[in-house]
Amino acid sequence: MIEILEILISPNFWAAALRIATPLIFGVIGALICERAGVLNLGIEGIFTAGAMAGWMAVWLGTGLWGGVLVAAFAGAVFGLIHAILTVPLGLSQHVSGIGVTLFATSLSYFVYRTALPDVSSPPRIEAFQPLDIPVLSELPFLGPALFQQTSLTFLALLLVAATGYLLYRTPLGLAIQAVGDNPSAVESQGLSVYAIRIGAVVAGSSIMALGGAFLTMSAFDAFFFGMVNGRGWICIALTVFASWRPGKALLGALLFGAFDAFQVRLQTEVGSFIPGQVFLMMPYILSIAALIVVARRADYPRALLVPYFRGQR
Amino acid sequence: MIRLEPRPPASVSRMLAISLAAGAAALVLAAIPMGFAGLSVFDAYGLMVKGAFGSVFAFTEMLTRATPLILTGLAAAVAFRAKLWNIGAEGQLYAGALAAVAVGTGAISGPGYILIPAVALAGALAGGLVMLGPTLLKSKLGVDEVVTTLLLNFIILLFVQMMLEGPMQDPMGMGWPQSEPILDEAALPKLLERTRIHWGLIVALAASLGVYFLLKRTVWGFEIRAVGENAAAARHAGIPVTATFIRVGLLSGALAGLAGVGEVAGLKGYLTADLSPGFGYSGIVVAMLAGLSPIGVVFAALFIASIFVGADSMSRATGVSNYLADLIVAMALLCVLVSGLFLRFKVRFISAPATKGSAG
Repeated sequence: MIEILEILISPNFWAAALRIATPLIFGVIGALICERAGVLNLGIEGIFTAGAMAGWMAVWLGTGLWGGVLVAAFAGAVFGLIHAILTVPLGLSQHVSGIGVTLFATSLSYFVYRTALPDVSSPPRIEAFQPLDIPVLSELPFLGPALFQQTSLTFLALLLVAATGYLLYRTPLGLAIQAVGDNPSAVESQGLSVYAIRIGAVVAGSSIMALGGAFLTMSAFDAFFFGMVNGRGWICIALTVFASWRPGKALLGALLFGAFDAFQVRLQTEVGSFIPGQVFLMMPYILSIAALIVVARRADYPRALLVPYFRGQR
Repeated sequence: MIRLEPRPPASVSRMLAISLAAGAAALVLAAIPMGFAGLSVFDAYGLMVKGAFGSVFAFTEMLTRATPLILTGLAAAVAFRAKLWNIGAEGQLYAGALAAVAVGTGAISGPGYILIPAVALAGALAGGLVMLGPTLLKSKLGVDEVVTTLLLNFIILLFVQMMLEGPMQDPMGMGWPQSEPILDEAALPKLLERTRIHWGLIVALAASLGVYFLLKRTVWGFEIRAVGENAAAARHAGIPVTATFIRVGLLSGALAGLAGVGEVAGLKGYLTADLSPGFGYSGIVVAMLAGLSPIGVVFAALFIASIFVGADSMSRATGVSNYLADLIVAMALLCVLVSGLFLRFKVRFISAPATKGSAG
């Protein structure tokens, strides 16, 4: 019991939680923007992979770290555009298109990686983002090591949460995005283009998702591995429902998840020999399903989610 | 401007033509990454065709590869017919394989005509039961089945790893995480000597005929199609929607479970955690390429299997990454999605832009 408390009050633990949460924050914010506009984006798992690979490869080719971030976001935007075109003006099944984009983005990323580096056995490393160690703030007790010794991408993720909240609730564009996900024909009757707003939201959301992948190769690790995304994208889809499509709750959900994950790693070292490691690895997925069940009754889905809109139809 | 006008339900020949066009479009698009990898496209496809059809061995390898794809394709097709989005065939396949191994490695003994059906039944049941949870959550609580079936894939694979490193590990396996070999009496017989092709193929073909008759000729089949077309209207018409979802879910999971049975009892003989190179996900492509038709699934599975086997062989000959096969399969899915548009709609190109305000 005492050990558990010790884990929970250790700043290192919370630093790890925030680190683990960072890719999920990008993913949930991206998914949330797509879904607020009425488009489920199951391409997320593949877009994560594409962001991880493209960002890493750009840095490896010499673009610099922030150049790599831009390349990752661009890769995400491209795959988002494919999904957007298939699902918005063409009105095809969002489920199947998303799975298609995931398969396409994943296999293309793997293929490009293997083609560029045919014979390497251990993946080449890059100089990844380093913790910032912000002066003064990182000296603060507890908060310093927990919050202010993260890399720039973590701060970017936190900034995006605030920006997305502001965008959705305080700007006309945000209100239009919400309206497009709730009642598209009302938007059309105001002279705005449902297609343009939905496509824009999916492209922007997808480029944010891709940053979650980029975080993996450019901050958490310094190389690209096959299978490194490992279901994080799908967990973001579950977290989006858990967050009731709200940026603040998305941050909370991702942090809880990160905390849980960091906790199980530490718990595992304590009781590891009694319980197989796979039990701990299963927990995020079981927890995701549990969260979905808990919130299902009061899930406040964007009303036009999954419903294609055709111009001139009511 | 492009305008889409709905067209009447497509004829079989039109659906066939469009599926073929989608497959062909994927093969043409694949020329881009091939060129990128420095391959001559004609040589590459030549090698692929040779790798899948060039010899009796190549051809039977392709059929062996198609066997699980037919079953996972049917699993996706029958569920998608009812708009039950089962993305979890991969996990259901492993559940089926795990149950097959649990029963077939000595839990019961007897002659083949008892053991083989017992193993198959256990596998089908396990796959179906996995699907029961997401189906019930969907129909009773409104939990999205896409996410639950997906997440279950990860949970089941981890569970399989846990069993293979724990209670079900082969004591003679030198510490490898693999199960004990299945009893000889429980193994599906080979169809041809000195090849890997086994009776699972016959089971898969029979299953596709069975699903065809179920959908076409039975009340359940009618109810499945009615729920898929419009669940609200079906409920209004007195069709038991929840029961239909549960039946479809069980059937879909059972078919995917059978794919797992075939892989352990017909092909490998024991279970490892890398039993399936994504057969569950490829099954979605197979089902879409087949236009969700149970007979079409057989041909779509043969097509996808020949890409995988052909590309593997081409990759060995040229040193190009065999992720190319996955890439072509993914492109086929996207192409078939777009081509589906030509099934449901007439696409018209209109020169004058639509005037604003015509939305009302």
